[in-house]
Amino acid sequence: MEHKRLTVFAGHYGSGKTNLAVNYALHLAGEGKRVVIADLDIVNPYFRTKDSERELREAGVTVISPRFASSNVDLPALPPETYRLISDRSVYGIIDLGGDDRGAYALGRFADAIREENDFRMALVWSCYRPMTETTLDTLGIISEIEAAAHLPFTDIVNNSNLGIESTARSFLASLPLAEELSRETGLPIWFHAAEAEVARELRGIEVLPMMLQRKPF
Amino acid sequence: MAKRVLMKGNEAIAEAAIRSGCRHYFGYPITPQTEIAAYMAKKMPKIGGVFLQAESEIASINMVYGASAAGLRVMTSSSSPGISLKTEGLSYIAGSDVPALVVNVQRGGPGLGGIQPSQSDYFQATKGGGHGDYKMIVLAPASVQEMASLTMLGFELADKYLVTSMLLADGTIGQMMEPISFEDAEPKTYDKPWALTGTEGKRTHNIVNSLYLKPDELEKKNFERFEKYRLIEENEVRYEEYMTDDCELCVVAFGIAARVAKNAVKAAREAGMKVGLLRPITLWPFPKKPLAEIAGHAKAFLSVELSMGQMIEDVRLATGCSRPVYLCNRTGGMIPSPEEVLAAIKAAVKGE
Repeated sequence: MEHKRLTVFAGHYGSGKTNLAVNYALHLAGEGKRVVIADLDIVNPYFRTKDSERELREAGVTVISPRFASSNVDLPALPPETYRLISDRSVYGIIDLGGDDRGAYALGRFADAIREENDFRMALVWSCYRPMTETTLDTLGIISEIEAAAHLPFTDIVNNSNLGIESTARSFLASLPLAEELSRETGLPIWFHAAEAEVARELRGIEVLPMMLQRKPF
Repeated sequence: MAKRVLMKGNEAIAEAAIRSGCRHYFGYPITPQTEIAAYMAKKMPKIGGVFLQAESEIASINMVYGASAAGLRVMTSSSSPGISLKTEGLSYIAGSDVPALVVNVQRGGPGLGGIQPSQSDYFQATKGGGHGDYKMIVLAPASVQEMASLTMLGFELADKYLVTSMLLADGTIGQMMEPISFEDAEPKTYDKPWALTGTEGKRTHNIVNSLYLKPDELEKKNFERFEKYRLIEENEVRYEEYMTDDCELCVVAFGIAARVAKNAVKAAREAGMKVGLLRPITLWPFPKKPLAEIAGHAKAFLSVELSMGQMIEDVRLATGCSRPVYLCNRTGGMIPSPEEVLAAIKAAVKGE
């Protein structure tokens, strides 16, 4: 897997951007890299990067979260430390955006600087099991809305097709032809596929990022 | 098996509403239920429906009142403080005997409270909230699948009895994602000869109204309405029982609290304790009868709630205060862990 200095995970609401950003950060840290992850989700009130803060810090990853993330206040302000991730070119930066165009607006502020450095990847996190991105046509609509809001073009696709706790090798394999169709229609390469660790173990001959999922007590 | 998709609880409500034939949504955004409005805003224009963000919660509930009076299948959604604003409209809708679906994805209170999950609007939902003698059917989903199925049921029951169905969810179930499927069944609909659809000069006009000039007429109307409520109590009680047959302690919990409680009950069974769970699916009508039956063999009850203890009063009433009812609770947006509930189970078994 080839890495760029900056990686942005964007896409449809609920496609698994936060989980991917967290797992990718752990993966990079596992390769011995200095990693900074920024939670720029201004849409989602619950289930965010901050929930994985302990694991990330233990792996040596620096976490930048909005001041009021996971609190009782719904105040979608961006953390000022985000500039560190843009200006400090000695670190690998990961940006976890909120869903759809509404979430992508948060990136617009940084788009010029990201373009100027020109060492970035903007990955479309996609799942064929999300009702609003089941068809390529629907996904194309969401792609152009996000690109317009973010002021940056997508460069890659990450196939994160999953059914949560019901994910199986079969449900993953069923997504492959759809992912290839999306790649053909958009002209974007599939950077990698992602699957929950146990599912990933069953998949042979295909590069899959094994994902650890957050456990909930309910 | 129908096709599986991965959905957020709030999205499941919106999709289920559309599949139920709802083409009119009026609302005002508030966390943690805004995804319902967002989904409607995206979908309704594509299927010839109406999504309207009103200027306030008060406006949106009155739009629901008007659209329902015109015979349309209609809904609104909000979260706790927004529901408080809607309660005047809820009373008018009840007083006019028109159907509606109202969703409350609860957050912590009172006041502005916070955005994290809560169940502290139980009293407001089941005991009135608005003024006057009225009831709403209150449905408590405990999974994303139930967010969908109880939305569909809510529309059906509202039309069948001409009442408001309230879906009383909480922020966690609204925000969490689970795999679900939708049945392809046609939504069940009812004729609405009372609706304001225009007479075209062919019939006498219908009136939808909650104002009665004569007290004896208003009294008669209230008696009739309560006869309808009696029928609902007789026919529409829904609940899930888990290992209650031989239980010595019966845990009572709904929604997200029931999911945590079920894990604690399983752990208690593994430790050899005779513990069961009754999960009300309808909070009104409340499952009084099964609780009274369980009180025949159980020594005590434990109410697990995300509030200072509201449903516990209905558990006491249902069991005629014949057994002690203990409380295990968190509030303010906190959720008890299965370990906390298990500790409360152990204490209740000892009679502490």
